[in-house]
Amino acid sequence: MSQKNNKLIDKKGLRLDGRKPDELRPIKIEVGILSNADGSAYIEQGKNKILAAIYGPKEVHPKHLALPDRMILRCRYHMAPFSVQERKSPAPSRREIELSKVIREALEPAIFLEYYPRTSIDVFVEVLQADGGTRCASITAAALALADAGIPMKDLVAACAAGKVDDTIVLDLMDTEDKIGKADVPVALMPNLNAITLLQMDGILSLEEFEKAVNLALEGCRKIYAMQKEALKAKYVNVKEVEE
Amino acid sequence: MSSMTTRVKQKQIAQLIAKGKRLDGRTLTEYREINVEQGIIERAEGSARVLLGKTEVMVGTKIEIGQPFSDTPNEGVLTVNAELVPLASPTFEPGPPDENSIELARVVDRGIRESKAIDFEKLCIEPGKKVFVVFIDIYVLNHDGNLIDASALAALAALLNTKMPNYEIEDGEVKIKSGYTPLPIKKYPITVTFAKINDKLVVDPWLEEEQVMEARLSMTISNDGNICAIQKGGSGYFAPKQVLEAAKIAKEKGEEIRKKLNW
Repeated sequence: MSQKNNKLIDKKGLRLDGRKPDELRPIKIEVGILSNADGSAYIEQGKNKILAAIYGPKEVHPKHLALPDRMILRCRYHMAPFSVQERKSPAPSRREIELSKVIREALEPAIFLEYYPRTSIDVFVEVLQADGGTRCASITAAALALADAGIPMKDLVAACAAGKVDDTIVLDLMDTEDKIGKADVPVALMPNLNAITLLQMDGILSLEEFEKAVNLALEGCRKIYAMQKEALKAKYVNVKEVEE
Repeated sequence: MSSMTTRVKQKQIAQLIAKGKRLDGRTLTEYREINVEQGIIERAEGSARVLLGKTEVMVGTKIEIGQPFSDTPNEGVLTVNAELVPLASPTFEPGPPDENSIELARVVDRGIRESKAIDFEKLCIEPGKKVFVVFIDIYVLNHDGNLIDASALAALAALLNTKMPNYEIEDGEVKIKSGYTPLPIKKYPITVTFAKINDKLVVDPWLEEEQVMEARLSMTISNDGNICAIQKGGSGYFAPKQVLEAAKIAKEKGEEIRKKLNW
């Protein structure tokens, strides 16, 4: 954060990759692409390439972890060793353990956990290539994988970060903006319930800037939500156009 | 998580909160009594013990000479670790750090790092080669809720009490001299945690409230009133306006605590 000479926004108000401050990166989503998983999804957001898979509901192992009144959700967020510039050790880092926890807690509010007591659902997220904002893209993909697995849900969860680079509040930070920008606010939202299920922040923001960033991130979540629904429809709704 | 007693208390706690009251007599935005004691472990470079009600957290800091990260060659290094010591709660197990202790350490780390509480450039000995490494070790001694705020407070108190060894460079070698310099502290970040119970926010949840809360929100506020770290936890959610309300309360509470402790 000490490279002050690095201008992240040019005179025209455009960012390093030519985006406007409130513009998302190109997003491509596919649902149901892993044949062994009960549900799966793949997302590309900028250079992020992330796979999410669901196994379950199934019997809990070890058994003592089972809860009598609800299912348990387990989540593993993991980055491939080749997903970043310098090889990442495949052993789970402290960052990955924390992210696994916050991703799980971002998904839990969306699931009717009480429908399947004594069972578990495993969520596996593999980041194949990282480009900033992987936790949000992971949540977006994992929520779709849950829906693909037919898990009863209150809503999908869509996630997107906003932040501050130079002096501007921007949407969907990419790697460089994340690293040398001034703040990063990842948010996950259940759009129909207007409920925030993930909120983190690092960097420095005034209260006014924080409010602006949250609102921008929520807007981004709603745009991503529309894409999630399209991706689900692409798999499940076989629209036959009949010409008359 | 859902023992018999908490089920019974859940209703009582929720009903009281709906009336703006709490089981232990506090208002919704009131902290428990805060007690800070510094310099309690002589072998550590800095130390503090914080009592937040019955929650007790000890922090010791150690300073070593090490290598800087390649992307910040002129800056010292900060490492935060948290131990949920088994003697502190029947729910803490011995063994390697679990996700709760990792999250605790990382939230405290983020507050100190992002607020730029420590003047890291003053910890540089030889750019790119040698810097001071500050280790913060959080030791939870008694768990009665809100470990995040107690740990963040204890970490800052210990940093304020930390001494750096004096040194000189002779023929490219670092020689430790006698005497100490205080660790350069620029900012005083305070972390304020909320629990959401029955759709209401309460500040500084104690254990019984944590056991029935739907979700948790921690906000770290720097002395200039800026937010520098946030963490949501728990399997519930927040409405957008609750988040903004929390930010305003956190700012007030941060100022209040800093004033109370003369920081």
